[in-house]
Parts: sequence; C-alpha cells; structure tokens
Amino acid sequence: MATVDKPQSATADAGARDYKVIGTRPIRHDGVDKVTGRARYGADIALTGMLHGAVLRSPHAHAKILSIDTSAAKKLPGVRAVVTHADLPDVASKVADLGEGMFDLRDLSRNVLAHDKVLYRGHAVAAVAADNVHIADEALRLIEVKYEVLTPVMDVVEAMQDGAPILHDDLRTEGFVSSDDAADKPTNIAKVFLHEKGNLEQGFAEADLVIEREIRTATVHQGYIEPHNATVHWNADGQITCWISTQGSFVVREQLAGLLQVPVSRVRVIPMEIGGGFGGKIPVYMAPAAAIMSKMTGRPVKMIMDRAAVLEATGPTPGSCVRVKLGVKSDGTIVAGDAWIAFEAGAFPGSPVPAGCMCVFACYDVPNGRVQGFDVVLNRPATKAYRAPGATQVAMATETVIDEICEQLKLDPLEFRLKNGAREGTRRVDGPVFARIGMLETVKAIRDSEHWQSTLDGKWRGRGVASGYWFNAGLKSAVTASVNADGRVSMLEGSTDIGGSRASISMMLAETLGIGAEDITPAVVDTDSIGYTDVTGGSRVTYATGWAAYEAGLDIQRQMCERAASIWDCDSKDVTFAAGTISGPEGKSFSFKELAQKVQSSGDPVIGRGVSDHNEPGGAFATHCVDVEVDPETGKVTILRYTAAQDVGTAIHPAYVEGQIQGGTVQGIGWAINEEYFYDKEGRMRNASLLDYRMPTCYDLPMIDALIVEVPNPGHPYGVRGVGEVPIVPPPAALANAIHAATGIRMTSLPMSPPKVLHELLKARAASGNGK
Amino acid sequence: MAKKQVVSTTINGQQEEFLCEPRQTLLEVLRDVLDMTGTKEGCSNGNCGACTVLLNGRPIDSCLVLAVEVEGAEIETIEGVAPAGGLHPLQTAFLEQAALQCGICTPGFIMQAKALLEQKPNPTEREIRFYLAGNLCRCTGYDKIVRAVQQAATAQQEVQV
Ligand code: FES
Ligand code: FES
Repeated sequence: MATVDKPQSATADAGARDYKVIGTRPIRHDGVDKVTGRARYGADIALTGMLHGAVLRSPHAHAKILSIDTSAAKKLPGVRAVVTHADLPDVASKVADLGEGMFDLRDLSRNVLAHDKVLYRGHAVAAVAADNVHIADEALRLIEVKYEVLTPVMDVVEAMQDGAPILHDDLRTEGFVSSDDAADKPTNIAKVFLHEKGNLEQGFAEADLVIEREIRTATVHQGYIEPHNATVHWNADGQITCWISTQGSFVVREQLAGLLQVPVSRVRVIPMEIGGGFGGKIPVYMAPAAAIMSKMTGRPVKMIMDRAAVLEATGPTPGSCVRVKLGVKSDGTIVAGDAWIAFEAGAFPGSPVPAGCMCVFACYDVPNGRVQGFDVVLNRPATKAYRAPGATQVAMATETVIDEICEQLKLDPLEFRLKNGAREGTRRVDGPVFARIGMLETVKAIRDSEHWQSTLDGKWRGRGVASGYWFNAGLKSAVTASVNADGRVSMLEGSTDIGGSRASISMMLAETLGIGAEDITPAVVDTDSIGYTDVTGGSRVTYATGWAAYEAGLDIQRQMCERAASIWDCDSKDVTFAAGTISGPEGKSFSFKELAQKVQSSGDPVIGRGVSDHNEPGGAFATHCVDVEVDPETGKVTILRYTAAQDVGTAIHPAYVEGQIQGGTVQGIGWAINEEYFYDKEGRMRNASLLDYRMPTCYDLPMIDALIVEVPNPGHPYGVRGVGEVPIVPPPAALANAIHAATGIRMTSLPMSPPKVLHELLKARAASGNGK
Repeated sequence: MAKKQVVSTTINGQQEEFLCEPRQTLLEVLRDVLDMTGTKEGCSNGNCGACTVLLNGRPIDSCLVLAVEVEGAEIETIEGVAPAGGLHPLQTAFLEQAALQCGICTPGFIMQAKALLEQKPNPTEREIRFYLAGNLCRCTGYDKIVRAVQQAATAQQEVQV
C-alpha cells in the first residue's frame, strides 16, 4: 500500500517528536473497498428468506391514539407480520448511558412504536413485514388508526410557559427547581441544571461594560447521507442477530436487550459499514420492531428508512434559546458571565443541554459565572447528539456577544481571546480545571495565518472570527491483535469506522510495534468477537481505541521479548523492545519480522490484548476565521475564504484530521446559513427532503483551510485529543461576526438565510435612510 | 401487482437480462435484483446523487429512472469503473487525497466526476464544483473531493501526453 506524504494546507509541526508512522498519510485500509463499491453497508445485506419491513408514521404532531386496526393489512397477500406497541414487552423506566447522552428505556420503547400518544409528526405507530417493500408499503395504507388530535407545542420558550400543551402527564421537573415551582404538576421542563462560580453580582458590579443578547437557533439534522437501516433475525434457538449501520454495536446490543427483555448475550450485533452518523446513529429506531416481526415469522426482517422519515423522525439536534450576558473591564478583561440556556429535547427528555452548559464559557477564564440550563420537551422528534452536541448553539451566543464587546471597546478580537482565553489551570464555571490545552495556540495560529494577515477589500465584505470548545469523551474500548508468521499483525476492534479510524488505530499499533501501517490488517468485528467498546462518538475513538491499540502493542512487545528470551535462553529482563527491534545480550537481535517468523515454531501464538477506560481526553479548542460577501439585494451570504485552526493534540493521520476539520466546519456553515426545520402551525415539517432541507453543496463553498495545531494531550501515550467534533462549533458565530463586519447588522437567530439577512438589511436601511 | 417484464441492457459492458416490476426503479433493480450494491441510496428522490450511474454515457440518478426504461441502454456503474486488477485514476485520487470519510457518497461522486472528465478533461475548480453540485457529501466538506478530481484530471492528461 502506497504512502502519500504531501501536506496540504496544514502546518503540522510533527518534527518535534520522533514518530515513524504517526503523522504520515497512508492509504486507509478499507479504502479500495469503498472506492470500488465493494464495501457492505447496512442496506447492502441480503439473507435467505428475508422479509422487508415498513413503518406507519403519525400524520399528527400531537394526538392520542384511540385505536389501531391492523386486520385489513394482515390479510393483504404477501404480508407476514404487523406490529404495534402492544407487541413490545413492557419496560420499566430505567436510565441507560449510551455514551453520548442518557436514554430512558421506557421512552426509547415509546419512541420505537408509539404507546398511547403520538408526540411528533412521523412518530412510528405500526410496522409491517412483507415479501417485498412495495407490499409492505401497501399494507401500511390498510392500517386504520383513530386519533384524538391535540394542540402541539413547537417552540421551546412557549413549551416552558404555564398553560402550554403538555406532552407527558407524568413528567415532573428534576434538578435545580426553585421551591415554588416544585409543585406536583405536569410540565414540559424535564430538568433544570445550574452551575455557579465566584460571586456573580460582585463580578457584574466591577464591569465597565455589560452586554446581554438572546440568540435563537433552529432545529437542524445531522444529515448523514445513508438512511437508517436494520436487519434482524430472531433464530428458533432464541439467539438474535442484528446487522446494522451504527456508531456503536454494543449500545445497539444494550438497547435491543433492554427493549426486548432478553439477556445481552442473546443479542449479537454485526456492525455493517456506516454512511455517516454524527451522533444520530446511536439510538435504535426500527431494529426492535424488525426483531419482533422476525420472531413472529421465523425469518430475517430488513428495514430501511426513507429520507422523509429520517428527517421527520430521527435526529435532529435541538433548536434553542440562549441568553448570554458578559461583563468586562474597559481593558477587555472578563469579570462576569451569566447564561440561560433552553434546549428543545423533542418528544422525550434528554437534550444535550448539560453539555451546552459545560461549553458556554469554556473558552474563557470567567471568574464569576452562572449557567442555567433547561431540558424542554415539545412536539418535535426526540433530539439526538450531533457533533459536539450542545456546544454550537451556545457558542453562537457567547462568541457574538464577545464580538460586540470588542467592537464597542475597539479591541482586536484575537487579542481579546489571548487575554481572556482558557489555559492550563483555568477553572470552568461548571467546575473542572483545565490541564494543558491549546486554546491560545489556536488563536495565535489564526493571528499568524496568511488569511488573517491579508487584507479584505470591497463593499459588503467582512471578516469574522470565533472560537469553540468541546470536552471530548474517553470511555471504554477493547482491541486484540495477533502476530502472523509473515510479520504482519491482524487487529480486531469494536469501534465502527465512520471516517478512516481503521487507519488511525492501526497506525498507533504500528508505531508501538515499530512496523508499518500497512503491516496491520484491521477489522471491525461484531459484539461476540471483541470486548465491550463504547460508541464511535464524543471524538473518542482515536483517543480511547487508540490507547487500547497501544496497550495491545505493549502486550505484544512483552510476549515477543519473552519469546526471544526463550529462544536465546536468557532472562527476559535482559531483552528489550525498541523501534521494532528485539535486542538481547551479546548483541543478539531480531527484527519484529524475523521473530514473528519464529513464533509458530517456538511456542504459543502471540496475541496482544488492550483495553482502555481513561478519562483525560484533553479538551479540544478551535478558532476559525471567515471572509464573506453579502448580497445587499438578496441577503445571500457567500463565503470567500475560510480558515479553521484546531488543537488536535497529535495528528495521527493528518489527512483525516484535516478531513474532520473541513467536514465539521462545513456542517457548521450549513447550520449557520441554510439549514432549519420548517414546521407549520399543525406541527408538520414542510421541508422533509434533501432538496428543501438545504445542506451545503460543493458549489456553495470555497476550499476550507485546516490549520493543524498540535499541543499534545498529557493524558494520552501519543498525545491524542479528540478531533471530530469541535470544528462544527465556531462557524455560526464566525459567520455572524463576518456578516456584521460586512453590513453592520447583528444576526441573532440561526440560520442566517437570505430572507432573514435581507429582512435585517431592510430594517437597518429603513432606520438609517440608506443602509450601511 | 403488475406482471413482471424482461428487460435487456448492457451493464458494465456485459449483456444483462433481468425481470422487474414496472414500478421498480433502476436503483432498486441494480441493488436488489442484480446484487450490485455499490450504487447507493440516500434519498430515492433525486436529491443526493448517491445513486448516480451512467446511462448511455450520461450521469443520471438511478432512483429517478424506472428499470423498464433502460431496455437497450448501456449502463455503467461503480462496479465497472476499475480495470481488472487495478484502479481508475479517480479511485486512486480519492484514496490518495483522503476524499472519503464514511464513503457512502463516494460511488456517486466517482461516476459523476468520471462523466465530467470525459466531457472536460481539464476542468477548473469552479467547473468541478458546479458539475458535482448535485452530489451531496456530509462528511468531507468537499475540499478533498475537489482536489481528488483535480488530481485525477492531471493524472489522466499525463497518461495521454
Ligand atoms: S438516491 Fe437517488 S438521488 Fe438520492
Ligand atoms: S464521505 Fe460520508 S457522505 Fe461523503
């Protein structure tokens, strides 16, 4: 396999360390399969006797289910099974951690198939398995559901008011509730969070300038190109097998076992290749219904979601209302910060508002602070994690308020960040103290960039910057690796590979063993074939699974040293392993390959085992800079140039690190200027297609320059920090700040789509006579 | 259910006859009848380009074509792009430029880009972005995809010189 080693636009300063494999750009191991169409994704599976399923979904955003009559559907020739919630086992309310967010099992069960109420348009009500998908679709039309339609509540602030339509009669607010609110009455506010630091009042009293703004952000979808899929076979011996595109095969196993009320080891999950997830492919949607219908028929059942259902009934990530108030001294020193954050949870509690609370001020040293968060249910799909869940919404608020402060105090926005930016020892408002982090280094990277140094001329053009933070996750991973007689190593892992992680994990094992990346053959295996591994999410795979691979490498090193000692007939303490060479007394040595060839003839197989459960993933920081041009006639924002600087710890495979930065940035750009859920007042989504839910195309964008900053994470053997999530955080604020620089208007709601920008431009024009 | 029909076509240079219902799309037949699952489905209504194949040399969304319409046509899919034992310059370029992350959009992009390079061997960045605008990728931000097409264009020209 060829190694391509030409840096693109990155400024990786890998020279400081002496890595052989880390920092190079090998071709990914699964690459050929993916460019030739051979790779098998979830939808590509075909099994003998397989049935095809389809799901009936609610046309209403909020309604009671009075009755469901499936008798006509069952009679249609070719229909083999029909299920409703009544066919799912009863599950008690029990909270499970799925790695990126908590789930209540009973809520999950009611999301899979609606119980007594439908809570959003697109909520699954019944499912059919038939000989082919067309018959299944026909059968859906024969299912008769009687509803009592209720008024929906679609807006997060309205849902919090007394008298708002109530989704769950048994929901009571948990968490920091003031005593008069604690009355035992139904509410849509599922949970209240509170963090405090220092003395807020005193902090604001010291301020020379206080700015407070309210920002609204729209509901947006993760937008993976591959729709959800699941194929399940419930065998006659009670063993359940599930083939699925998922971010976490073990969490699918856990959810299926919980929802179907079987022990976990009865369920085997085989992760297929996955066509994007971004946080949205952690929960199960169709798999439980497919399992029940497989049990009923004795045949495998395959289900694929259509695109409208993906938009209406999976994901999305919360729309929000965020108020941020910052107080600064006249020299720009931050003295106090107060944030009020309300997130749409969708139909069931569990929005990422806790993460939003952790991130809102995390880029800065805020000596006196308060953060309040509200998790609010309303008649939209149950929201799910989306790349740095919760951080983008709050950054839009903090980073635009900071821009306004800099404008008023005539401060350079990068100098402001260098003065106030979080560094080693800074304590976040929610408590944790940062270890070595690279916030300031990302600001300096932008300051020193050719982009920032260049001048931007022209009317209606402007430049904006913004920073962002994501804490990253650690969690559990397992790797095993066996040494083959030709000196190559077969590596098994449980982390599904969404963006080239087979390569980065292999590279860390190769580095540990002193062999080449191409000498590792990685495989992502099923839940019976590897130890428990948490989801591919939270920017954790390169960190945690990489650490497990490193441990597996150390285990192989130890075994190889023992083997050499037995061959040389010496004490294994006298044998050392360094850079792929095993050295013993009297100048004896083996290369890794030489010793590997002797393994089979000299004793047991050599199999390395590595696990990790560390939680020092090192925070990830990013600072972005963007130039825009705003069309004063239409309000359209064109991106002229974009540079994203990010501290990645150590760039294991710089090309895929750049790819994460570029991809995350573009998702942030879509969130900023195009994407939103349009609901009518009955709560029907009016843009449930990829034409109308407008994600960026390549024609909308310039190249995205990724500046890799490497401040190694002291909490990882190779200095890795998570990379995948933080790049989505700064773009909306960076664009809002650039739009302000171009036009003088401050956008306070996402998306900053042409009609909204034009509206603000016309307002400003009317106020001032003629615009700018 | 309407009666199934026989359709004869050429797929990747080979004669193919298949049976299909009139309501089945070309995408469905490729994937479910012929087991050519390299062509992907992202939306089934012409909005994402994941299902792009070449129909008589022109890139089309195979989810928008009924299978019965391809009688007598020549179809090229991702499975037919690589020469035996090797890769097409676009495939090599996608790998070398790291132009795929999850890879679900990749077959569609390669088919669309192949059609572009056949028409315009030396496209500008703007032409590449315009021609690929019907193919959605949610992972890469397109930067490396555009670079891969540029690399493939250069590579193909070098071969021709
Ligand atoms: S599947 Fe055909 S365009 Fe999306
Ligand atoms: S690589 Fe995932 S959609 Fe393009």
